[in-house]
Amino acid sequence: MRILSLAGRRLAASIPTLFLILIGVFLLLQLAPGDTVDAMMAQMGGGDAATARELRRFYGLDVSVPVQLANYLWRLVRLDLGFSAIYGKPVAAVILERLPPTLLLMTSALSFAFFFGLLFGVIAARSVNRWPDTLISTVGLIFYATPSFWFGLMAIVVFSIYLQWLPAGGFEDIGAVSTGVWRVLDIASHLVLPSLTLGLIFLAIYLRIMRASMLEVLNLDFVRTARAKGLDETRIVTRHVLRNALLPMVTLIGLQAGTMLGGSVVVETVFSLPGLGRLAYESVVQRDLNTLLGIVFVSALLVILVNFVTDLLYARLDPRITAES
Amino acid sequence: MDAAKRYFRSPAAVLGLILLLIVVGMAISAGYLYPRDPLALAGRPLIWPFANPRFLLGTDNSGRDIAAQIFHGARISLLIGGVATLIAVTIGIMVGALAGYYGGWIDNILMRITEAFQTLPNFVLLLVLVAVFGSTLTTVTIAVGIVSWPAPARLTRAEFLSLRSREFVQAGRTLGMRDTQLILREILPNALPPVIVYAGVVMAVAILLESALAFLRLSDANVASWGNLIGLGRDVLRVQWYVSAIPGVAILTTVLAVSLVGQGLNDALNPRLKQR
Repeated sequence: MRILSLAGRRLAASIPTLFLILIGVFLLLQLAPGDTVDAMMAQMGGGDAATARELRRFYGLDVSVPVQLANYLWRLVRLDLGFSAIYGKPVAAVILERLPPTLLLMTSALSFAFFFGLLFGVIAARSVNRWPDTLISTVGLIFYATPSFWFGLMAIVVFSIYLQWLPAGGFEDIGAVSTGVWRVLDIASHLVLPSLTLGLIFLAIYLRIMRASMLEVLNLDFVRTARAKGLDETRIVTRHVLRNALLPMVTLIGLQAGTMLGGSVVVETVFSLPGLGRLAYESVVQRDLNTLLGIVFVSALLVILVNFVTDLLYARLDPRITAES
Repeated sequence: MDAAKRYFRSPAAVLGLILLLIVVGMAISAGYLYPRDPLALAGRPLIWPFANPRFLLGTDNSGRDIAAQIFHGARISLLIGGVATLIAVTIGIMVGALAGYYGGWIDNILMRITEAFQTLPNFVLLLVLVAVFGSTLTTVTIAVGIVSWPAPARLTRAEFLSLRSREFVQAGRTLGMRDTQLILREILPNALPPVIVYAGVVMAVAILLESALAFLRLSDANVASWGNLIGLGRDVLRVQWYVSAIPGVAILTTVLAVSLVGQGLNDALNPRLKQR
């Protein structure tokens, strides 16, 4: 209960931040050349000034900017994100449709990066300054410098075009109408390459942090005590060191949530996944500013939620955090 | 001098410096080796690398010399990376110095803004900025700089917080020095080294951000940029994968070089941290 209230307080503290972001981006978008109505008129193939005026009145764009902002925020409180002129439905509906692929992609990329980062970090720390450590650290550095979209393209060349093991893009096979387990397997096979691509840079970061934090914890007194008790190395690492060394990794998940969401814009475009990131890209190209603002809201919300979960996880791993407050 | 000696003792740091010098050399020599416009048509489209001695790295979909684009692209990447880093570090130092030195409500407001920037995914903010201000070389560079300042700001603030109550600052205050003097002449020189070292990370990320933007065709299409070329190569990925592969190697090399040099400087300037 105490954990919840602590994390809840942090959650409440991030509400002003959320409003700050929305107000800032809303005002920023006022500077954009052309508004929603211009985009609509362009799609309809032009129209006269009277129609434009009528449309502006309909979408509430004929009042002053502060009033528009107040209207927007008031609608937002009721979870109404406005109307997308390009897609012809409410922005909330458009975003909700696109959210599942992105959430799936982020979860699988994060799990991949976290698991292998942990594994290789531990291996590197256990063999510090010997060849496995050098090899892992070098590969990690190269992964860190690899542009994700380029890695994705090269993975398509190797695994989809030459070896033909995995699909080159899309979320599921449209041709084959499958249900149940087969559909799950189909989607999973479509997500392998995107998850690897998105997770690569985080794998590099996690393994570096894990290695450093393992080295630090391995030198602490309680590890020496455990050794003195005669525990074998595997037991010391799994039972005593790992839990303590995990803390910086968990912090990092929260810190990197935004970066990962940003990375999914590029990865979803490479693999033509119908997700939130691709929607962000499309709304920039099509000048669908209402949708873009909605995406800003949802992605900030997502980052805040991830941080909330991280807080809970953190307190679970380290009881001292709740005890201190 | 000690620091230089320590730097050259690390093979990774030396390798990074060599790679960086190669990239800088490419940027400088681009004008002499390929004096023609790198985006002008040069020959038959889609010639494979090493197939024609005139086009060492082959040609792209519309018959432009890939080698020329790689050399001129080095200029663009270093320019955007360098200037964006300068912008980010300058804003970061100003915000961090004010927040850390004054504390109180100034700190509160500035940190709230920093937090807002960090909560919004930086690539999404980059998209918003490009949607609003368009995608010329100048606007893209400034936009990349604007999304990258929060980390240097936090670093500067932390340094200022730990330095502002040190004895030499108190001595300065007793001597009647004004706030601006204390900030600029006394604290800043001491707070600067870790921030400058961190600039390596900022630059690596800035180059990656710009190339991702260019790949999405949201960066300046009228300059030879590596990201642009990868985006073009995507159309012919099935067979002529080298069009995308070659500029990717260039980006990887540059980012690797910048991070290795940054890491090397960090270890050389903060030797105590390295003794693990």
